[in-house]
Amino acid sequence: MYLQIIEQIRERVAVGDWARDAEIPSIRQLAVALRVSVITIKRAYFELEREGVIVTHHGKPSRVAEVPNLEKLRGEDLDQHLDRALHIGALLGLSPDELAERLERAAKRRNDEEQA
Amino acid sequence: MTGSAVSLAGVGKDYKHFTLDDVSLELPQGSIMGFIGANGAGKSTTIRILMGLIHQDRGTVRVLDNEMPAGQVAAKREIGYVSDDMRLYPGASIAWHMSFIASIFPSWDAAYAAELVKRFDLTPEPRIKGLSHGQRVKAALLLVLARRPRLLVLDEPTTGLDPIARQEVLGALIEVLADERRTVLFSSQNTMDVEQISDRITFIDRGRIVASDDKENYLDRWRRVRFEIPEGATVSAIPGMLDLRGSGRINVVTVPDFTDATLPLLQATGASVIAVEPMSLEEIFLCTVKNRREGVLA
Repeated sequence: MYLQIIEQIRERVAVGDWARDAEIPSIRQLAVALRVSVITIKRAYFELEREGVIVTHHGKPSRVAEVPNLEKLRGEDLDQHLDRALHIGALLGLSPDELAERLERAAKRRNDEEQA
Repeated sequence: MTGSAVSLAGVGKDYKHFTLDDVSLELPQGSIMGFIGANGAGKSTTIRILMGLIHQDRGTVRVLDNEMPAGQVAAKREIGYVSDDMRLYPGASIAWHMSFIASIFPSWDAAYAAELVKRFDLTPEPRIKGLSHGQRVKAALLLVLARRPRLLVLDEPTTGLDPIARQEVLGALIEVLADERRTVLFSSQNTMDVEQISDRITFIDRGRIVASDDKENYLDRWRRVRFEIPEGATVSAIPGMLDLRGSGRINVVTVPDFTDATLPLLQATGASVIAVEPMSLEEIFLCTVKNRREGVLA
């Protein structure tokens, strides 16, 4: 469950709902607001601090990091999805080139949808 | 000071057809514990012992710094207890009950009570006997919540509630924890409720504690692993892994104590790992009960 919270917070930081270096809610405040347990938020904050997305100081409010390290995380996330795509591609007997073609077609489709 | 709000050590109780055996658990102040188990597992017996309603044959029970059952009078002033077998007066209204409780407990918070009436979608005037099951449960909870007790002990507070009422109740319980001196212990058969709001999980089966741990740590130890074996190969049971399933090359196994050593152990058998998946509390609960009953898990 804390993984879902981590993802939500990363998104808030990525889109700027939680601005860089801004104060963020206390663990208990966020637990009440999201209706999840204190331990879940505590664990999420702990992991986010390790990733460098937020900074916590004992006895002071936690803040978003001045340079939240989201690009690296997104990169790792993307690599995992690509590995998964390669695995499924292999099951379907697709070569990496054929997969790349599929990716281009998907990008075109998305582009068309956005135009429409 | 943050100590334990509830502390049980080696607690036992013998009945003719049921034994509660060596129950030990710690509930730190400021946290919510979800107490799960099947019907007849010993949840209500444990709760009644810690309330001093029945007396243990063995072991020690401390609740809010009072030895139980001896200190139950002092303890109960600061405990809010709701269980299914508690009855409100059928001929009286919620409003009457509210002023009755307010006259007994000086800590009664009338403004909070009024807010809960609204949030729980209750009307104070009708008599209790005309209310639905869900309305009665919410009324009973309101009567203890508005006293702002240091410890809330709730025996199956969400059983029989519709999804909307369940979320209203869970939301109210989480809000209690905004005050870090207050503590909640609730039992439930609904693992989703426990997974959502608990800090700690205690899991009881057939009168024994199976696990009592930090929720995230507990969930983190369980993983389901999907793996592929070479054409023509077969897999046999791997120590420490449960419920091996699969036909052909794709297999699934449940790992109750997943560590860095787990995957190498699987790979040493020639398997290649496809995915490692987290499990829901419901899945863990079912897997534990099944394997204990088959004698695979201690």
